[in-house]
Amino acid sequence: MENPIRVLVAKPGLDGHDRGAKVIARALRDAGMEVIYTGLRQTPEQIVNAAIQEDVDVVAVSILSGAHGTLLPRIAELLKQQDAEDILFVAGGVIPDDDIPELLTSGVKAIFTPGTTTTETVEFIRNNVRK
Amino acid sequence: MDLLQELKKHNKRAAAKLITMVENRNPGYQEALKDIHKLSGNAYVVGITGPPGAGKSTLTDKLVKELRKKGKQIAIIAVDPTSPFTGGSILGDRIRMNDLSLDAGVFIRSMGTRGHLGGLSESTKAAIKILDVYGAEYIFVETVGVGQSEVEIVKNADTTVMVLVPGLGDDIQAIKAGIMEIGDVFVINKADREGANRTKAEIEMMLDFSNKEKRPSVQMAVAVDNKGIIEIIDEIEKHKEYLIDTNKFHHNRIESTKEEIVEIIKGYILDKIFNNQHINEELNQLTKDVVERNVDPYTAGDLLLKNIKL
Ligand SMILES: Nc1nc2c(ncn2[C@@H]2O[C@H](COP(=O)(O)OP(=O)(O)O)[C@@H](O)[C@H]2O)c(=O)[nH]1
Ligand SMILES: [Mg+2]
Repeated sequence: MENPIRVLVAKPGLDGHDRGAKVIARALRDAGMEVIYTGLRQTPEQIVNAAIQEDVDVVAVSILSGAHGTLLPRIAELLKQQDAEDILFVAGGVIPDDDIPELLTSGVKAIFTPGTTTTETVEFIRNNVRK
Repeated sequence: MDLLQELKKHNKRAAAKLITMVENRNPGYQEALKDIHKLSGNAYVVGITGPPGAGKSTLTDKLVKELRKKGKQIAIIAVDPTSPFTGGSILGDRIRMNDLSLDAGVFIRSMGTRGHLGGLSESTKAAIKILDVYGAEYIFVETVGVGQSEVEIVKNADTTVMVLVPGLGDDIQAIKAGIMEIGDVFVINKADREGANRTKAEIEMMLDFSNKEKRPSVQMAVAVDNKGIIEIIDEIEKHKEYLIDTNKFHHNRIESTKEEIVEIIKGYILDKIFNNQHINEELNQLTKDVVERNVDPYTAGDLLLKNIKL
C-alpha cells in the first residue's frame, strides 16, 4: 500500500475561527492524506517546529486575519532556516489579489483564495509534493 | 545527512526522518533499527490510555510541563489506532499540546494506522527507540484504550496510566473485560464533573478484586485546570521505584522483548505466505477444499507449511 501524504494543517493568527482550517483538513483526509491538525492561534514558530517533528510533506495554513503579509513570509523564512524548504507550503484564505505575487516570492508555493475548490487544492498538493 | 550520526547528536530532523522511514517501511529501515536498538533502552516509557475524549492529551500536556520544570527531556508519541486502515485520517492530539511545540526539550510525533495489521505497534516500538537515542528521558505514548491493538501498543510502556471520567456507565463493562489489567495508575479525570466520587468508588472496588501484585492507586484530576498533576507524577515515580526494587522492570522488558522477537518471526512467516503468489494460490485452493470438507484445516496448514521456504 502506498504511504499517505502527511500534511500539517494550522490556523495562525489571533482570530478565533477555524472553520476554514477544518474544511481543508477534512478535504485532505477524504483525499486519503494523513492530516495533523493543530488548531487555532498558532504562531509561525509553533507551526514550523511541529512540521519538523511530524516530518510532514506539506504545511497548509488557513488565514483570515489580514495578517498574512507578515505571518506567511515568516513561516516560509523559518522553514528555510530549518533547511526544510522541501516541505510544500501552501495557504488558503481571504487574501487580496494584489498581495499574492509578493507572498509567492517569499516562499509560499500556492495561495488558495475563496473561489478555489478543494479538488483543486488536493490536485495541487498531489502534483507538487516532494517525491 | 547521515541520519544515525545526526540522531546521536540530538538532531530533531534526523529523529523525525527516521520515524518516517520506519512508518513507511522505506528501504534500509531495518538496518537503521539494528544500530538504533543497541543504543536504546535508557528512556522511561509511560503509556497514557483510556476512552476517546477522556482528556489523555490534555493530561499528557500537563504532566510533561511538570516534568519539564525538573529539566527532563521529553518525547510524546500520540498514536491514533482508530484511524482507518485505508484512506486518510485526521490526527488531532497536538491541539491540546500547542505550548509544548515551542519547547526545545519536547518532541511530539503523531501516528495513525497504516495499511498493515500489527504495523502500528511495530512502528510505535521503533519510534520509542529512535526518540530514546535522540535523548528523551521520558517517552509518553498516548493511545485510545478500547481494543486489542491498543493493548499491544500499551505493552511498550513501563508504567501505564489509565485515564477514566465520571459516569462511565457501560464503558466500565468493556474496561472490566481485561483492559483494567493494564493500568498501573488510575486517573479519574474531569473530576470537576458530577459523579467523580462514585466512579472512584466503582474503580476502587474493581481493583480490590484484581489480581495484580501491586494494587494501583486511583487519583482524581482536572487536567484542564492543572489539578492533581503532581500527585500523578508521584504515582508514576512510585510505580517506577516499585518496578526497579522488585526487579520487575528488568523482567517486564525481557517479556516484551521476547514478544518483539516473536512478532518479527510471525511477520516474516506471514510475508512468506502472502507475498508469494504460488503459496497464495495454494492457500486459495486449499481453502476451497476445506470449505467443501475434502480436506480439514489442520492438514491444509501442514501442506502449506511444507511448501514455505524459510
Ligand atoms: N471539564 C473538563 N474537561 C476536560 C478536562 N480535561 C480535558 N477536558 C476536555 O475534554 C476534551 C477532550 O480532551 P482531550 O485531551 O483531547 O481528550 P483525549 O481524546 O482523551 O486525548 C477537551 O475539550 C478538553 O478540554 C477536565 O479535567 N475537565
Ligand atoms: Mg488525544
